[in-house]
Parts: sequence; C-alpha cells; structure tokens
Amino acid sequence: MATTTMTMAKALNEGLRRAMEKNKKVLIMGEDVGKLGGVFRITDGLQKDFGEDRVIDAPLAESAIVGTAVGLAIRGYRTVCEIQFDGFVYPAFDQIVSQVAKLHKRSDGVYTMGLVIRIPFQGGIGAIEHHSESPEAYFAATAGLRVVSCSTPNDAYWMIQQSIEHDDPIIFCEPKCRYWEKGEVDLDSAPAGLFDAAVRREGSDVTVIGYGSSLKTILRAADTAAAEGTSLEVVDARSIAPLELDTMVKSLEKTGRLVVVQEAPHTASIGSEIVAELSERCFYSLRAPGVRVSGYHVPYPPTRIEEDYRPTVDRILDAVDRVMGYES
Amino acid sequence: MIGEELVQLLTPEGERVAHPEYESTLSGAEIFGLYRDMTIIRRLCNESTSLQRQGQLALWAPIQGQEAAQIGAGRALDPQDFTFPTYREHGIAWCRGVPPENMLRLFRAVSNGGWDAQKYRHSVPAVVLGNQVLNAVGYAMGIQRDGAEEAVMTFFGDGASSQGDVLEAFVWASSFNAPVVFFCQNNQWGISTPMSIQSKIPLYHRAHGFGFPGVRVDGNDVLAVYEVSKRALDSARVGGGPTLIEAYTYRMGAHTTSDDPTRYRIDAEVEVWKHRDPIERVKSLLVHEYRVKAAKFDDVTAEAETMALKLREDVLAMDRPDPITMFDHAYAAPHPLIDEGRREMIELGVSGGSH
Repeated sequence: MATTTMTMAKALNEGLRRAMEKNKKVLIMGEDVGKLGGVFRITDGLQKDFGEDRVIDAPLAESAIVGTAVGLAIRGYRTVCEIQFDGFVYPAFDQIVSQVAKLHKRSDGVYTMGLVIRIPFQGGIGAIEHHSESPEAYFAATAGLRVVSCSTPNDAYWMIQQSIEHDDPIIFCEPKCRYWEKGEVDLDSAPAGLFDAAVRREGSDVTVIGYGSSLKTILRAADTAAAEGTSLEVVDARSIAPLELDTMVKSLEKTGRLVVVQEAPHTASIGSEIVAELSERCFYSLRAPGVRVSGYHVPYPPTRIEEDYRPTVDRILDAVDRVMGYES
Repeated sequence: MIGEELVQLLTPEGERVAHPEYESTLSGAEIFGLYRDMTIIRRLCNESTSLQRQGQLALWAPIQGQEAAQIGAGRALDPQDFTFPTYREHGIAWCRGVPPENMLRLFRAVSNGGWDAQKYRHSVPAVVLGNQVLNAVGYAMGIQRDGAEEAVMTFFGDGASSQGDVLEAFVWASSFNAPVVFFCQNNQWGISTPMSIQSKIPLYHRAHGFGFPGVRVDGNDVLAVYEVSKRALDSARVGGGPTLIEAYTYRMGAHTTSDDPTRYRIDAEVEVWKHRDPIERVKSLLVHEYRVKAAKFDDVTAEAETMALKLREDVLAMDRPDPITMFDHAYAAPHPLIDEGRREMIELGVSGGSH
C-alpha cells in the first residue's frame, strides 16, 4: 500500500491530475484556475501540464461556468467547475437547478450530465462576507443532484476522482478551513464508495454525525468526552445527498443517542434530515431525541465572531450532555 | 419603422429586392420546399391550438407569423450542426426531423422533453428564459475541442434578450470565438412586455458591443433569413466565431393559449403585420416568377391537412404515462430515494410496477 502525507489542497490537486490523465474528456473551468492555480491553489500547475483548452480560465460569470459545462456535457465532456467561494454559487443556481439537475430526465436519459461543481464551503478562515457559507441544503433538496463532502485528504483525493467518473452531476463541497491540514493518502485504493458514510471513531454512548469541517471538531470533542468517561461514536456522512443511512442506523442502534453537527443553520438542513430519517428508522433504539448542533439562524457573522457561530467542542459536548441526560 | 439596415430579399408583396451583401441562392424548387415547410408547420400549429381549446393539450405556444424566421434558419442548418431551442421552435424542430407528435408531448403534459435530442441534433426545449443560450455556447466549445467542422444555433426571443444568461453567453462566445449563431426572434412582445422596455437600441446592435457581428434580417422573409443564417453558420464552422441574428418578426397570435393579447396591444398593429405575412409573399413569388400552378399549392394544402389529422390522432392516442415512469432517468445511476419511491408506488398499487 503506497501512502503519502499531503494536505487536502494537494490531495485534491493530485486527484484532479489523475482524473485528467485517465480521461481526455475531463476539463477544468473556473475563475483564476489556470495561471494562478485557483485562489486556493487547488488547480495549481494543471493548466501548464494539460493546456489552456483543458484548464479554462473563465470570464467572471458563475452562471456561464455552469451553463457552458452543461453544453460540454451534452457534447461528451466532463467538466469540473470551480466556484471560487460558496457565496458566489448563487448566480449559477438557476443553471444548476433548472438544467444540470433536470436535463437527464428531460432528455429521457439521452443526455448524461456528468459534471462536478466544486465549492469551497463552510467558514473558519477569517474571511469577509460571502466567503464562509454552507449552501449544501439548497442542492440536497433538488432532485437530480448529488452532494458530497470530504473531510480528510484521503477522501479528497478519492472522492474527487469518483465524482468525476460518476454519471450524475455532483456538488462537491470542500471544507476550505481544512485545505492546509495534512493526512495520509492511500494512492492505490479508494477508502469507500463515493456515497458511503464512514465511522471515524468507534464508541458506545452517543453517535455524533457530521461532515466537512465539523469532523475534526467532533473528533476533538470525542477525545474530551472520553477523558470524562463518555464514549462517542463519530460518523462522517461523506455523502450529504443521498445520505447513506445504513451506517448511521447501525451506529444508532448501538448507542441509542444522536447528535448531528453542521455549520449551516439548522432549519431545513442536512442535520434536520438526518434526525428525521433516523428517528423513523431507529425509533425503538432511541433513548433520547436527536439533537442538532448548528450555526445560528443569522446571516454568517463577521468573522471576528465566527467561532461563536460555528459548532465548537464545547457546544458539541453540551449536546452530548443533553442526550445523555434523558432517563431511559 | 423597420430601418434601413434590415436585410430583405423579398418584399411583403413578393417582389425581389437587391441587397448589397446578400443574394438568394435558392432554386425555384428549393423555394417551393420552404413554402411547403411553412404551410405545413402553420397548419400543424393551428391544429395544436385547436387541440388545446378542446382540452387535449395543457398549453400551446403558437408560432403564427414566425414561420419564415424558423424555416429559413432551420433549412440553413447542416445535418451535423446542433440546435438549442426554447418551447416555441416548432419550425426548427420540423426542419431537424422531429416527428410532430413528439413536439406535442411537452404540451400534452406527458413528457418534459419529447424527442431524442442526440438523434435529431435538436436539444430538448428550455422553458427557463435564456438558459439554453449558455448551454449552446458550451456545446460549441466542445466542437472546438473536437476540432469538428460543426456549428451550433441557439434560439431565444426579444424577452429573453434581457436575461443575464444570454448576455453572459455573448461574452463567452466572443472571448472563446465559439462556433455559435445566436438566433433571436424579435416578435415584438414578451407576453405583454413590449420591445420598447427590453432595449433602447436595436437588439442586433448589442453584438457589436460584445465584439462580434450582428445582423437584422426581415424575419418574415424566408429567403433573407435563409441566406443570413447560412452565412453565419458557414463562418462559425470554419473559425469565424459567433454571429447574432435578429429576425425582425411578429407574434401574430397569443404568447400561449393561456394569454389574451387584446388586453395589451391594439388591433391596428396586428393588421399592419398581416400584410407582411411570410407565406403569402413566397406564394406570390412562386406564382409570378416560377409560374407554379394552383394545383401544386393545393397539393401542399392537402398534405398539410393529412398531417394535421394524423397529428390529432397521435395526440389523442397519447395516454397518461404510467406514474412509475416519473422515477425513470431522474438519475443516471441507482439512487436510494428513487428505489424507495418506486417501492412505495408499487405497494400503493397505483402502478403496474413494470420497472
């Protein structure tokens, strides 16, 4: 097993490189993705190696980045669109919802909408407004789309390749605050299917589910909880839509207690969906209601106070205490 | 009113006029073919309006008045070209070989599309204004990467010309020199919205600001539309980049069968355009210049009648789809929520469960 240590940013870069080497129809398109290598350097060096026809520096228009990728998909190309920041995806929302999500259906299966829309999402980098949002629920609520998120360099490396190979359109959410964190990457085999959830830490008292940036926070909470005598089982959803519920059900049947963590506000969120699905499927195993730890229902705050908005170890541990406090 | 820059090769009276840049290259037989196309599509369109009035269609978007714009452009296309239409491009669909009954599947509300887009090289209809124009530019960028000698033609109206997607498409096509022809049918009305609040300048002038040529053509003159379209497509195929064609025409009927144009426009305006009918002027040319006999026109009328009857039969035979088909092609790959939905529907017994 060949493993190597790299940052999530580098893992994404290597994953994209490998996908482009394997399939000449794979293109990259986005703002500043060519010479600059993207504002986060995810596409660093790719234009130099694959040329301007395959790594396309786009004019600054998100609807066009996605809208032209649709036409390229009809022509048989697989375009990886980079949206520079979460808060800039909304100009492309119409194309994503009205065309990307629906053209396979509208064409009676004749068109394959094989394209990937990469969105650096969530906060934690001290940015100005529109650079820290969690728009995943909008896309998860749209039939025809799939939404995934990586939380480790290894997943980043493999999930981006799996997304590019997949025949449905994928919204690929990258936790930008984890871009520079290193981890082991297995270059030989994928850790799991693209739509599988993964148990990151085994435990017995409470199942804590999250995705993207939240995983690291949850794992730190699990360390603290363990020191205090509470055993958390940590599940990485990985696929936000569809959710892979079997792994979650299995965990909850063991622990009977559920906490879901996300940066998005909790109304009509992925966390809401997880709690609803698991309440229905695990009703007789539950020893407490499922609890969400989320961002507050406010526009993403000025980032000098973002750490009081984003789920923290303390807020997760408070939620753990709440679900542990129910008599059973 | 129309302006001196309008390309016209045939007057409303059916007399040829010279133009410094364009001349008709079509033979009498080919012009008769265009007459036949326009007559048939008008008859099919009228039949569709009747079908809607009789409760057999959910909606219909008539093209009456725009036959020359669509047939002229549609016949200028080569088989290998690709087209991105709205919901009103029945004349283009006809030229691409889409069976008429397939065009009505959307309006019968039994499909969201209706035909095999790759087979006819005619995309499924886009209902959201302007979306397809960006998709067309992307397809054209694919042609460039394949090194193919093909062009894309995409259709939109004066209403959609205000959409950001259309203007972004102009930027991209220009910057990447994409082989795409933007064919705007300016039929003067976006439901009740007049041209005067869509643009302060003629629409074709916009192209110059984006860095590519724009041409305004008499959209009711099929000979001119054909030549202008052909030149733009030929240029696109060999690296000449995009062209905007503004086909200046008029929507003789309602926006759709749900619309009532008497609430917002005056009869006198419609009367003016009646004298510019696209079919009558070609018929006049064929009679006077090519001595086409009445019997040949009667043959076309009879052929159109037969096709209209067949269309009616085909539409009436279009049954409500099995509800379980709503799950087909929602995704290309297996999806748990699709499986769950299918299973529930079969358990409820609302479907034959053939899938």
